[in-house]
Amino acid sequence: MTIESREKRQPWILLSPALTAVTLLLIVPLLFIVVYSFWLRSAAGADTPGFYVDNWQKVLTDRFYRDILLNTLKIAAITTAVCAVMGYPAAYFIARSRGNKLILLVLLMLPFWISYIIRTMSWINILGISGALNSALLALGIISEPIQMLYNEVTVILGLVHFLLPFMVLNIYVSLEGIDTNLEDAANSLGATRWQSFIQVTLPLSLPGLAAGGLLCFVLGAGTYITPVILGGPRDAMFANLVFEAIIRQLNWPLGSALSLALLAVLGALVLIYNRYLGMAQLAKGLG
Amino acid sequence: MGWALIRAYTVLVYLFMFLPVAVVVLLSFNASQFGSFPMTGFSFRWFETLWQNEAIVRAFKTSIALGLMTALVSTTLGVLAALALVRYSVPGREMITTLLIAPILVPEVVLAVALLLFLNALNINKSFGLLLMGHVIFTLPFVILVVQARLVSIRRDVEEAALSLGATPRQTFFAVTLPLLTPAVAAGALFAFTISFDDITGTLFWKPGGVETVPTQIFSMLRNSISPEINALGTVMIVMTVGLPLIGAGIARSLANRKGG
Repeated sequence: MTIESREKRQPWILLSPALTAVTLLLIVPLLFIVVYSFWLRSAAGADTPGFYVDNWQKVLTDRFYRDILLNTLKIAAITTAVCAVMGYPAAYFIARSRGNKLILLVLLMLPFWISYIIRTMSWINILGISGALNSALLALGIISEPIQMLYNEVTVILGLVHFLLPFMVLNIYVSLEGIDTNLEDAANSLGATRWQSFIQVTLPLSLPGLAAGGLLCFVLGAGTYITPVILGGPRDAMFANLVFEAIIRQLNWPLGSALSLALLAVLGALVLIYNRYLGMAQLAKGLG
Repeated sequence: MGWALIRAYTVLVYLFMFLPVAVVVLLSFNASQFGSFPMTGFSFRWFETLWQNEAIVRAFKTSIALGLMTALVSTTLGVLAALALVRYSVPGREMITTLLIAPILVPEVVLAVALLLFLNALNINKSFGLLLMGHVIFTLPFVILVVQARLVSIRRDVEEAALSLGATPRQTFFAVTLPLLTPAVAAGALFAFTISFDDITGTLFWKPGGVETVPTQIFSMLRNSISPEINALGTVMIVMTVGLPLIGAGIARSLANRKGG
């Protein structure tokens, strides 16, 4: 074997285990549920293979599913917007601070290492009937009876923001860090106020980071199953809850397949649009 | 003035991120028998209860075994793939990278359903094996990204020097590349372990009845109400996933210093 052909083959040998894993454990299973979504559910549990459009008809025309899908997208959109508003100034502060940048960054990474379910349930300690807020308000005599602040749409969004904010801050920080500060100085020296140079120079240059953070918040938020169960009420089900309900509780796998694929199609379209205009590199930067 | 405002805003954002978690830790030392305010005293009693709770101890064992095996498999696959992507000019690298990070672009619920249904059709039922495959596939992209980022900083000339001095590629890999790679491998493995240890969404789909990991155990305990025991469990998890990596990094640093000095 010549050295050249060896050089050519080597990367493929190194890549093949990972590529095989992704193909067999993700790509083929996704294709499989496309097929499965056209099968018919049978009472016996063994579903009937074939080409039936019943599941898709149900998913696409039933108002119940459409309303929950729209509600899911609305919650994800609000969450993303709140993350952007809360995260941008913080990311700007970290990027421009001198002395304590390292500690701020370490703290920013910390939530990624703290269990998601712990962070989600921690709000019960704050907002629950016997939580910190109610105890404080009772002690101050502002209320005489504890009030139920949990289990509604607002607390679902709160939990999602708490979970997703670090993704947003990190992505904005990465893009702010890449901007040459001389550009802002140049704008200032040419007579722009600090605010003007921020709006006209820094903000536009940091938009890719904002977009990457926004995409992550939206996609992760819209795919959530746990947060609405822990912090939401019975009427706050999101789309992923429908999937769980169909697959695990009702064992209606054909319908569950169709529901999963509908969610994938909507969120996948967003990822594709993002990829078309901004490319995956920015996203990889923020994740690495 | 503007800067002071941004600073105050940032402090509030950080408080928002950490205050609720701090309250979990605080309440886990609460002596009162209800897991709530007001705190009546300082006590370790909830940690003792935890230790005696067989279901929780079992969940811990499952989570740790699953995390370790996930880290082993995922890091092996991830390091090899990252090496190929960083060290060689691979045709179609953009496509390959997208394919390899696809498991994090697909919502976890969808990945969970697809894997469950597909493997079930192959007669692989809900089991530890299914959990392991699931955890490997969605930790893999993170390992690849982390390892790739570290690999870029390893200079190629050191290996070329070894090769030109007569080492075989295999010798070069084990004597030169692998030791230089160790921090990247460790970072990837730690990342995989933590993600696996924390995972709940996929795990709920894949776990067989009766098997619980720590997060699913907490989830099932939350159905009733929040007990001081859950806060204690949360504290233990925080210590594990935050404390251990910090200690690990500290040891690595002191070892490196000793070697250097």
